[in-house]
Amino acid sequence: MKRLTPYLLALPSWMWLAIFLVVPMVAMASVSLQTGNAIDGFAMTFSFSNYGDAIGRYSTQLLRSLLYGGLATVAMLVIGYPVAYWIAFKGGRRKAMYLFLLLLPFFVSFVLRTISWNFLLSDNGILLGTLKGWGLLPAEFHVLATTFAVVGGLTYNFLPFMILPIYVSLERVDPRVVEAAQDLYATRAAAFRRVVLPLSLPGVFAGVLMTFVPATADPINAAILGGTSNTMIGNIIQTEYLTNLDYPTASALSFTLMAVLLVGIFIYARALGTENVLEAAAR
Amino acid sequence: MRGSRLGDRLLHLYTWLIILWLSSPIAVMILFGFNDKRSKSNTTWQGFTLRWYAELFDIPDLTTALVNSLVIALVSTVITVVIGTMLGLALGRHRFRGKGVTNFFVFAAISTPELVMGASLLSLFVSGNVPRAAGTIVISHVLFSLAFVVVTVRARIVTLDPSLEEAARDLGATAWGTFRQVTLPAIMPGVLAGAMLAFALSIDDYVVTSFVNGSTVTFPLWIVGAVKTGIPAQVNVMGTLIFGIGVLIAIGNAVAARRRT
Repeated sequence: MKRLTPYLLALPSWMWLAIFLVVPMVAMASVSLQTGNAIDGFAMTFSFSNYGDAIGRYSTQLLRSLLYGGLATVAMLVIGYPVAYWIAFKGGRRKAMYLFLLLLPFFVSFVLRTISWNFLLSDNGILLGTLKGWGLLPAEFHVLATTFAVVGGLTYNFLPFMILPIYVSLERVDPRVVEAAQDLYATRAAAFRRVVLPLSLPGVFAGVLMTFVPATADPINAAILGGTSNTMIGNIIQTEYLTNLDYPTASALSFTLMAVLLVGIFIYARALGTENVLEAAAR
Repeated sequence: MRGSRLGDRLLHLYTWLIILWLSSPIAVMILFGFNDKRSKSNTTWQGFTLRWYAELFDIPDLTTALVNSLVIALVSTVITVVIGTMLGLALGRHRFRGKGVTNFFVFAAISTPELVMGASLLSLFVSGNVPRAAGTIVISHVLFSLAFVVVTVRARIVTLDPSLEEAARDLGATAWGTFRQVTLPAIMPGVLAGAMLAFALSIDDYVVTSFVNGSTVTFPLWIVGAVKTGIPAQVNVMGTLIFGIGVLIAIGNAVAARRRT
């Protein structure tokens, strides 16, 4: 009985993960190779050409998603690193308060936050409308339905996921190590570049991983802030699945997206060194 | 030295600006819940009113969606916490075959994009002719929150000294008695944190739910559906109330944790 305990404890979760995570992936792989339509049904024909067709039709949106996800990730890194740095080294006794304030947006639903940006940035809304009223902006100026709006929305929505892991890795850096570097005549910049930055790389890695993947696959920001000319792959997959009922194309696109993201993570991991990946994954 | 102090000041200011940026949509949401608007669109300020608080439940579909979200979040949280705590215990306390594989799938469940998770679940339900409704939503919500509960419970259990449990057993406690009177109270903060996380993830989810909902509508789905015709102010009020309750619970939890130590 005692030897069975861990297996009994793990069994329900194993079953849940097997039936609802592993089996669906297999089902999706199978559907992506079928042909047919929603009315007559789909049959397995091993048509690998589904992938070529789907990628060919939607290469623009696929590349755009990677571009937007990449741009947003870089923006988050540049915007978020100084915040994480300041809280970790200068936050003092108020660290917890600052982290709480950064997490405040998560008490509002993702969808509502994005819609609030739609309010704020709408063509004649409280921000642009006021500026236009003062004659500071031309009447036809708009932010919504631009690349900037979508990338900005993604940056806004996932920023805390970038700041937190960087903060965690910086918090572990012993300030005395930095002092030691300065005692040995390193300038502040050199101490940062040669001591603090390398020690924070695992956090940067985890942050990039936690933001790039969801930002690239996110359909909400493009749908609410992007108008019709900024469609991302997430929107296409949703439409193909739910509106067009073209399950094979949608499945093929989902798999392609996942494969591209996995390959991206792999290349990125090789560039940064595998130890960093394992360390980030272990957390 | 003076230069660095100035740099610190600027960074301090910068941190507050970022916090302000992150909070600004929340302020807009709360403010426009008090907007005395006449037209359908809610983008310009037209005066203060408490009307939307009084008429909070006047849109039946919206009320149904909110109730659906709350019930689904509650049910999926209970399931997730029970099975997730069990797996967290197994991973944190026991050696067994398949531990490495289990860790891998827990990591995979966290890192799979929501979109792929939703699409693959729909593939399964379509292939198996499973009708989509509240049940399939609960299934998918348990799936994406499970790993988070496992991780928080495991993190808590590895800090618990195993000799406490051994002592309880030496004093004649049964395995169940030991769990209920020693292990569970000790890991309770981790279990509660996991439960809150699971509830928050569930009530907030749009992407996965949009694939597996069938004709059941949840709060986020209703809002996205209403974007084109204009979001009624009641949505702002509901968002404000959820925000207020969430913040109160979090602060209460932090205060309680501080008192305990």
